[in-house]
Amino acid sequence: MTELCDLTGDELSTKLRAGEITAVALAESALARREAVDDRVGAFLTPTPEVALERAAELDTYLATGAPQTGVAGIPLALKDVLTTKGIRTTCGSKILETYVPPYDATAWTRLSGAGSVLIGKTNCDEFAMGSSNENSAYGPVHNPWDLDTVPGGSSGGSAAAVAAGMAVWALGTDTGGSVRQPASLTGVVGLKPTYGRISRYGLIAFASSLDTVGTFTRSVRDAATLLGVMAGKDRRDATSLDADVPDFTRGLDDGAAGLRVGVLAEAFGEGVEPDVATSVRAGVDRLASLGAEVGEATLPHAEYALSAYYLIAPSEASSNLARYDGVRYGLRVDGDDSIEMMFRTRGAGFGPEVKRRIMLGTYALSAGYYEAYYGQAQKVRTLILQDYAAAFERFDVLVSPTSPSTAFPIGAKADDPMAMYLNDIFTIPANLGGVPAISVPCGLDGAGLPIGLQLTAKALDESTMFRAAAALESDLDLELRPPLLAAA
Amino acid sequence: MTEYEAVIGLECHVELSTATKMFCGCRNEFGAPPNTNVCPVCLGHPGSLPVPNREAIRRIITIGLALGSEIAPHSLFHRKNYFYPDMPKNYQISQYDLPICVGGHLDVEVPNGQGSRVGITRVHMEEDTGKTTHGSPSGRIHDADAALVDFNRAGVPLVECVSEPDIRSPEEAGAYLRELRATLESLDVSDVRMEEGSLRCDANVSMRPVGDTELGTKVEIKNMNSMRSLERALAYEISRQTKALETGEPIVQETRHWNEDAGATATMRSKEEAFDYRYFPEPDIPAIEPSAEWIEELRAALPELPRARRERYVAEHGLKDEVVRVLVADRTASGLFEQTASLGADPAAAANWITQDLAGLANKHGAEAAARVTPRHLVDLLALLGDDAISGAGAKQALEDVVETGDDIGAIVERRGLRQVSDSGELGAIVDGVLAEHDDASRKFRDGNESVIGFLVGQVMKASGGSANPKLAQELLRDRLQG
Repeated sequence: MTELCDLTGDELSTKLRAGEITAVALAESALARREAVDDRVGAFLTPTPEVALERAAELDTYLATGAPQTGVAGIPLALKDVLTTKGIRTTCGSKILETYVPPYDATAWTRLSGAGSVLIGKTNCDEFAMGSSNENSAYGPVHNPWDLDTVPGGSSGGSAAAVAAGMAVWALGTDTGGSVRQPASLTGVVGLKPTYGRISRYGLIAFASSLDTVGTFTRSVRDAATLLGVMAGKDRRDATSLDADVPDFTRGLDDGAAGLRVGVLAEAFGEGVEPDVATSVRAGVDRLASLGAEVGEATLPHAEYALSAYYLIAPSEASSNLARYDGVRYGLRVDGDDSIEMMFRTRGAGFGPEVKRRIMLGTYALSAGYYEAYYGQAQKVRTLILQDYAAAFERFDVLVSPTSPSTAFPIGAKADDPMAMYLNDIFTIPANLGGVPAISVPCGLDGAGLPIGLQLTAKALDESTMFRAAAALESDLDLELRPPLLAAA
Repeated sequence: MTEYEAVIGLECHVELSTATKMFCGCRNEFGAPPNTNVCPVCLGHPGSLPVPNREAIRRIITIGLALGSEIAPHSLFHRKNYFYPDMPKNYQISQYDLPICVGGHLDVEVPNGQGSRVGITRVHMEEDTGKTTHGSPSGRIHDADAALVDFNRAGVPLVECVSEPDIRSPEEAGAYLRELRATLESLDVSDVRMEEGSLRCDANVSMRPVGDTELGTKVEIKNMNSMRSLERALAYEISRQTKALETGEPIVQETRHWNEDAGATATMRSKEEAFDYRYFPEPDIPAIEPSAEWIEELRAALPELPRARRERYVAEHGLKDEVVRVLVADRTASGLFEQTASLGADPAAAANWITQDLAGLANKHGAEAAARVTPRHLVDLLALLGDDAISGAGAKQALEDVVETGDDIGAIVERRGLRQVSDSGELGAIVDGVLAEHDDASRKFRDGNESVIGFLVGQVMKASGGSANPKLAQELLRDRLQG
């Protein structure tokens, strides 16, 4: 049975506005769903039911006065556990931060909270957002609500699963190489990675600073546009946040695809892409064409080097970003005979194997004598990819590819093969290197009944056009996406 | 035997005295209780981000302009990665291949020597670290059972100024550091107090045969905490390296630590143990790109620099070189001098009093007490001296009283009875009394023993309770004895 927690944020906001439902009833609905299914899914690391109900009650009092209401007021939100929440434990899916309670809120959450958002809990993720399956969490894997034996994708697997299973109406994740879009694709929800700098990174616990973005999981493109509108804009606490106009992203969503110039990335349908994925994404492109979009073939000639460049830049930055976890000021401390030994032991005990692998990779890539060959070379690739995008966006408004080469795979299938795991992000990584916005929208199911995502990419700061194309496709496909987990309930 | 010359370059670190830290809004102050000026950013909390302090950027540009550097239109922060418990992020935000200020020079004057020009390689912006104290009964590191870290200093804006290896002697190094300090002081960018660590200095030293142009093996010396220890450490290191060269011992490239008590340097870490800092561009901070207009605005606003000021004092006031050097090395002193002179006091006398008597009182009573002396005090004091209304000794007493109390000169002179009796009628009566009492002395004088006049003046001073003008007393005595 469809419950309140299964509706879109937009539908719920309308009901709240009309007084048909209360924020408390809505929060209770989402909390009840978590009670019912999360022992099997494992989406939440720190649920916050008391915080949610108290906040919802406050909002009901406020909303009853008939005061102006934002599009997010009263609607339950889950936060990936790499976004800091003042007074609420934030672990990054790591043992090293198991007891860490931040003294401040992430700006993205501050803005949503200020607009009336209701925090329902902190979600599971790959440790320090490093992974594509959520198997790298120190607190156990997340199970995909579409098939509990498969992964939900990663690294924001908990947020994706929470939204897919109705435990939250929407959720925030972070996307460094595809960590929002790929799990959105694997769990049948909409996953947005905005332009780099659109949303402040203050309070986003850094993995790779030049690539990290806050992103959203929603059940509709409109909801993604609503959330982005609340969070976007210059933040004086983040020097890399963009001082660009923030349009009303929900305007023009219904303008259709007619006249949009859609470039299909030919190279994204080759070897390694599951046939069902390629077929479904091509069908999506055909739908856009039938809606009046001008479809052509696009190319990002240097995208084939993106994965290699990413696995030099991201670990390099990570090796530095994660140096602060030394047991001196917060988090885990394992005592030693002196401060250096304490630090060695703390880091040895606190970090999992994938995090250690990437710290070593990055440390090596930045070392004297190797810097130019690795980090320097990777930065050159990055420049070339930026040029590729600039050229492609002269001809096209949006670019299309599969979000992920595959649908959800069984838990454990790629756990021992880092290369196979890294290939999950082959289509999502270029947008991070280029700093451009991208979105994954569900476009169908494979033969096994698992969701497939179609990725749309637009030029920097042009989320509006991207939303318009995504909304046109979403509305035309009109998919009924309900994981079997809920049908059985 | 081969003669060797020293080749010295200095790396100076200067803490800027901005109101807030380099990358966060915490207060930047010396001496606050431990860990009170801290926040998520300067403690390196997960998710926090650095935002550069515009005032600190303004100050480093000003420093660069004063040193004749090129101000880079595009410069980058880099991360310098190494682990240290008092460094919150375990990397320091610094600059690497694109510093804000490139090149420049500082003209220095070695006491009793000739002037020289020391090249500046670069001036760059970075952040300071916290401070570690090892807690143990003995206070010694090896039996410490706790390390206590104070992060108040973490993130304080730090400017590093690197000189070319143009310095040839400890005295020249001292002169360079003094000139740099005076320059920074005149720019009002830092407290430049070596004893508080707001000015710190490391040195690179190598030796080579005189006439050679190739550089010898370089040794870095750290932990020199005063002007004196810089010069001592360099003198020690030069003699150590010279002896090694003369006896054919190899010089090892290494970092050495100056031990003030032992008066010697000792190996800290060798080249093999040197850190690989894994520099890479700081992704959290966009490039620093000051506009040409802003740079020109700052150039136009530069104050008079010490060298120009010294030249002006000589030209305008005819002061002596040594006096000028001492006066201009201290901004408070030269400020006091300027104001005192502008109120009409004799510049040479004012300069002497400031550089000698007042400097002595500052040593005895502390700089804070010495700061009680205002230009008005000096003007009044010099006027009384000029009128012979007080004696030199009386003036010294009065100045010390100002340092102690801050009272007006007039009030002090009255309170302490320092005014000299310069009235010939009043003093004549005392002189007559003394002559009457010391008949033999008078006779001796008349018999040609003129030296006895000193004794008689002394008696007049005694009889007057010290208030007699000794010059006038002598005149009156001579008048009466010879008349």
